[in-house]
Amino acid sequence: MAALLDVKNLGISFGGLRAVNAFNISVEKEELYGLIGPNGAGKTTVFNLLTGVYKPDSGKVLLDGEDITGKKTIDISKAGIARTFQNIRLFKQLSVLDNVKVGLHNKHHYSTIEGILRLPRYRSVEKEMDEKAMDLLKVFELEQVAQQLASNLPYGQQRKLEIARALATEPKLLLLDEPAAGMNPNETGELMDMIRFVREQFHMTVLLIEHDMKLVSGICEKLTVLNFGEVLSQGDTGTVLNDPQVITAYLGE
Amino acid sequence: MSFISYLINGLSLGSVYAIIALGYTMVYGIAKMLNFAHGDVIMIGAYVALLSMTQAGLSPLAAILIAVVVCTALGIVIERIAYKPLRNASSSLAVLITAIGVSYLLQNVALLLFGANAQSFQSVVKWGGLSLAGGSLKISGETVVTIIACIIIMIVLTFFVQKTKPGQAMRAVSEDKGAAQLMGINVNGTIALTFAIGSALAAVAGVLLCSSYPSLTPYTGAMPGIKAFVAAVFGGIGSIQGAFIGGLLLGIIEILGRAYISSQMADALVFAVLIIVLLVKPTGLLGKKIQEKV
Repeated sequence: MAALLDVKNLGISFGGLRAVNAFNISVEKEELYGLIGPNGAGKTTVFNLLTGVYKPDSGKVLLDGEDITGKKTIDISKAGIARTFQNIRLFKQLSVLDNVKVGLHNKHHYSTIEGILRLPRYRSVEKEMDEKAMDLLKVFELEQVAQQLASNLPYGQQRKLEIARALATEPKLLLLDEPAAGMNPNETGELMDMIRFVREQFHMTVLLIEHDMKLVSGICEKLTVLNFGEVLSQGDTGTVLNDPQVITAYLGE
Repeated sequence: MSFISYLINGLSLGSVYAIIALGYTMVYGIAKMLNFAHGDVIMIGAYVALLSMTQAGLSPLAAILIAVVVCTALGIVIERIAYKPLRNASSSLAVLITAIGVSYLLQNVALLLFGANAQSFQSVVKWGGLSLAGGSLKISGETVVTIIACIIIMIVLTFFVQKTKPGQAMRAVSEDKGAAQLMGINVNGTIALTFAIGSALAAVAGVLLCSSYPSLTPYTGAMPGIKAFVAAVFGGIGSIQGAFIGGLLLGIIEILGRAYISSQMADALVFAVLIIVLLVKPTGLLGKKIQEKV
């Protein structure tokens, strides 16, 4: 079976700095894959390259066989990559429901004129979007707070909402950028259950960046370790975490 | 009785300011830029409507429609050519200066095409208006139509931004362009739509303004444009309700000032209001508080 995400020789320079060099990764369908490494190793840069925020100056990105290298962010979103952010980037002045509905945008259509005149298609499409968004919110136990502003949610729920919003775009691949950042051990435990649940429920493939080794060793099946923009080690989680190179560079003795 | 008639005239002028201010405030809210060429789009809209009526002999309604279409297209083209390439410029000053440049460009193109002489505008309102209180209070048809148009526009726009998908996209883009894009929202399209709506409103404002004040020159749009900007800041820039309230209040202040204080000082009064608002409440009447993270 061909990999869902197949990245070959990806690289980008900022000025004289080679931020990411010769990056390879191959993520199978419904895999939970971890991307780890010291601060500044280029992990988030890889996410930005995959989602089209940065244009790579070398290499190739294939999603489900489709070449998406250097495409625009919006086209990559349509092709099926969704993400969350290290520092939560919800639409804080929008309601929880509306945040999810923004994610539904590309799959539902009516014209601006139909919207202004409130024609039947406007009503039916909006109703359908409301229902879909509520279904997603129910999955994440956020239906009670659907009408609240996103900024009023506690931190843990904001993280959940960001994942719900990303899933609303119906992605093939979900990128999570440090989902456990700022969480206590209890919350991290819940998050791990949730990521597993998302994978089961939505048959989702997940690539995540994380520093919390408990989470990484707990749920990731495979790992790639990045150091100074280059792949240091790659493979099954157990093997990688026992790799002496990884221990020296990242985990410490 | 004269006070009430001043008040109604103020509401009418304020309604025009409010419609123009909506264009400023939406563009600012979503594209985070001050489109100082907005006032001159009004002038273009008025010329297009006038020429459609006088040269092509069209009905007022058709003339308004043509003005709306032309201004919408103009707004999209200006955004595309002049502002879009600067969207990621390091300094937001670049796009501000460009907007001022576009403003002068439009004025001078109009000067070239239509000449410097003031043209008298035919009112699009053929209705004589109301006569109340035994004839002592007369309200012109233009006044009534302007106020009603403003209220309808305000309601439709609020609904559009709050309840529709493109409106939702606008609010999302307004908060975080990057995240919106990653969620599959067409940011360029959304910003273009904002300019289109703002410019369509400018055309309506231009026709209504010149129906009440029927002298049209290439500089007609400049002053109302600046005053509507004051109205938008007064009400809280970025807020649709703020533009509405700011516009109405500013129109009333201007007309009452002209009537009771001094007609020469009325403009100065408007800008004095701006200064006071900025000193007392920098975010405007309905402006959002800016939260600073420590």
